[in-house]
Amino acid sequence: MTEPAITDDLIAAHGLKPEEYDRILEIIGRAPSFTELGIFSAMWNEHCSYKSSKKWLRTLPVSGPQVICGPGENAGVVDIGDGQAVIFKMESHNHPSYIEPYQGAATGVGGILRDVFTMGARPIAAMNSLSFGSPDHPKTRQLVHGVVEGIGGYGNSFGVPTIGGEVRFDSAYDGNCLVNAFAAGLADADKIFYSAASGVGMPVVYLGAKTGRDGVGGATMASAEFDETIEEKRPTVQVGDPFTEKRLMEATLELMATGAVISIQDMGAAGLTCSAVEMGDKGGLGVRLDLEKVPQREAGMTAYEMMLSESQERMLMVLRPEKEAEARAVFEKWDLDFAIVGETIAEDRFLVMHNGEVKADLPLATLSGSAPEYDRPWEETPPADELGEIAAVDPIDGLKALVSSVNYCSREWVFEQYDHTVMADTQERPGRGAGIVRVHGTGKSLAFTSDVTPRYVKANPVEGGKQAVAEAFRNLCAVGAKPLATTDNLNFGNPEKPEIMGQFVGALKGIGAACAALDTPIVSGNVSLYNETDGTAILPTPTICAVGLIAADEEPILGTAREGHVALLVGETAGHLGQSAILAEVYNRVEGDAPPVDLEAERRNGEFIRANREFIKACTDLSDGGLALAAFEMAEAGGVGVTIDETDMAQLFGEDQARYLVACNFDQAEALMIAAGRAGVPLKSVGRFTGTEVTLGGVSAPLEELATLYRESFGRHFG
Amino acid sequence: MRAAVVTFPGSNADRDLVVAFRNAGADVTTVWHKDSALPEGTDIVGLPGGFSFGDYLRCGAIAARSPITRAVIEHAERGGYILGICNGFQILTETGILPGALMRNAGLKFLCKPEPLTVATTDSVFTQGYKPGEEITVPIAHHDGNYVATPDLLDRLRGEDRVAFTYRANPNGSQEAIAGILSDNRRVLGMMPHPERACEDAHGLTDGKRLFAGLVDVLATA
Repeated sequence: MTEPAITDDLIAAHGLKPEEYDRILEIIGRAPSFTELGIFSAMWNEHCSYKSSKKWLRTLPVSGPQVICGPGENAGVVDIGDGQAVIFKMESHNHPSYIEPYQGAATGVGGILRDVFTMGARPIAAMNSLSFGSPDHPKTRQLVHGVVEGIGGYGNSFGVPTIGGEVRFDSAYDGNCLVNAFAAGLADADKIFYSAASGVGMPVVYLGAKTGRDGVGGATMASAEFDETIEEKRPTVQVGDPFTEKRLMEATLELMATGAVISIQDMGAAGLTCSAVEMGDKGGLGVRLDLEKVPQREAGMTAYEMMLSESQERMLMVLRPEKEAEARAVFEKWDLDFAIVGETIAEDRFLVMHNGEVKADLPLATLSGSAPEYDRPWEETPPADELGEIAAVDPIDGLKALVSSVNYCSREWVFEQYDHTVMADTQERPGRGAGIVRVHGTGKSLAFTSDVTPRYVKANPVEGGKQAVAEAFRNLCAVGAKPLATTDNLNFGNPEKPEIMGQFVGALKGIGAACAALDTPIVSGNVSLYNETDGTAILPTPTICAVGLIAADEEPILGTAREGHVALLVGETAGHLGQSAILAEVYNRVEGDAPPVDLEAERRNGEFIRANREFIKACTDLSDGGLALAAFEMAEAGGVGVTIDETDMAQLFGEDQARYLVACNFDQAEALMIAAGRAGVPLKSVGRFTGTEVTLGGVSAPLEELATLYRESFGRHFG
Repeated sequence: MRAAVVTFPGSNADRDLVVAFRNAGADVTTVWHKDSALPEGTDIVGLPGGFSFGDYLRCGAIAARSPITRAVIEHAERGGYILGICNGFQILTETGILPGALMRNAGLKFLCKPEPLTVATTDSVFTQGYKPGEEITVPIAHHDGNYVATPDLLDRLRGEDRVAFTYRANPNGSQEAIAGILSDNRRVLGMMPHPERACEDAHGLTDGKRLFAGLVDVLATA
């Protein structure tokens, strides 16, 4: 079949800039074939090459004694003792989810699960961070239903508990929702599988589902802004099959146990191209592929289509040849395709053949290593304006506004669509800070949380970046887990605009500083840029997922507040109302600076909570909505009223950082006071859990009334 | 007591069921769906939760035609015990071992939450560890748990005291809030809720434990 001629239009349609095309000519010394152009476009798009972000990603702290493998592989690997490791990553599927919410979100979950089991880990927990447009926007309802059902549809069938996540609404996401999916798996630390191929003449094996035309060009689509032609991009969204993924996972783990695998890579963005090049490049080898051997779902597929297909549930592996029969038997048992489609070669060459014809012949190491890298111009985000005068509000009215807002009401409607109990190791259901699963068959547990406050990041990228890490750190400490490491999913607008690049640079500075100070290195991550529609960017949304360990001899903090418990506030309250939830929900004002983050205080206060867990019945971190919302949520969870003595609005609703609310009995409160004095941790009694009313600063409402608002608001908007 | 837990390619709660049986003191073997025979001396077959073949058609419809299922039907015909949970219950209705059908939840959404149940009969090895009418809480996690039967069948199930559990707040629209039923010889139980996820303190719920404990107790001495 003849391939189209290379024209300027064709180059532009592949998302390649004229100077990038010149670079291709320079590298290969001739005009590329159509298939080769497709391969370059797949390797060099923003999604795969990180060309705008690489410079800044290098500044992040990525190492520590707990880190077994940092960024660069399919997922990060962290030591959890006893020869075991937790493997995790978060990745975005924003553009596909906006175009086709169910399949976009479902395949986002599928992709991240594959990243985890490709490394030899059985997935044990999933989370997600979702950002939607205004609840009143005509598209939001359909997106919420589709995305939530897609996440559930995939994860529930696959059989991984979805134990946490975030759901937020802001008109900045009207034209560009965010779907960030996280997965974590468990493996023996000495049985992790990496992507570097080794050995010449080793068979390259294709595993899993067949290749179809779905997703051709998906990664390139994800690297462009949206406009009114978006509906035309629907065919670039892949279709997920969790049943095949489940079998692929079982077969892959079984295969790994046979010792047949030299290296393995999942086929994600730009499928066959990226996986083959990655394995060859990391092993310093070339790769030859014979495309007629690729299992195909459709007749008449071209080399171009096969190299760029993003069909799901596929893997590429370099096999120990003597184990072929054994390996094939495993895949036949699970009724999956197993085909030798090529081999490793000694020359630095990526040779793609189709029915004996050369379709691509490129220098592999250069193809992989020569993606453009940009030092994009950036402008520092100007300091936020001073916060103006705020009229006082009745504290109960303020609380009612929060608990009935789609942003702060209960997310039960969402979470109950996710199976969070499969695997029978879930200790803490989603919805209350961190989710917790047991490490099966041990006394240990792992805690997971996902956090970011985009309006803080917009007002002050540096402090906002720090805050995302600090809140994740607090959510882990609040359940008694020691924070180990983080993964980030950096969602921003168009990096070619200096003010957007400035948000990115600022946020990374903050994230880097916080991860270093709190000893939670970033071990994996993903960048999603160009989240803009018709030139309007989303709120800068660097999602941080953190993983913490509860040791075998430690108890998680899982209790609820009870009648008679004392309410203790850990940490300092200045009364910071800038960019606060109360300001947005009651006054419809988005103003002021983000709350400053004192990393020293975060660390000290977090360690205090963990060290004194024996005196703590229930604990939550303070974030959006401050003391008032935290006290209400704790009361609602415990089914007991609460009285907070404070009358000042800034004290009640301020969003100062490094704070926790603790419930415990009187004797325990005394013990905590003494311990706090010794540790130099600010701690004071702010009220009591008692009765059936919520009382803030002398004003009361029945708990049941507030709880009903809290539980039913989400369903009222979207049910 | 010997239990055999069947793994279909899309089963995802097979391990959980193995653990629950084992913790209760049973000897457990897992059986692959392509096997055609159950292990010698199997007292009870466990059909676990999950999405046996992706369940893109009717849930459990393809599993009902797996090689092992022939052996499970014969086991039932010989008077053997079977516990089918969630997808296992769906497979039991698809094979005809249990009557009725499980349709999409009335609200059309997947539902995962702790669910209050009533123990509707204690006259079975599965439920003899509970008090009559006892309220227990066991998690549900399903998309297709809406139990449907003809009026005649409902009369018969009621008349023969074969409703094992009912929902107190019928989350999925099941007729007569049925959450689990027994076979006419009372040796096969199909239920949508997951007792194996409510067996340990760490689960936060422990009401499922008595189902397994009672079962192992009775069958061990049978």
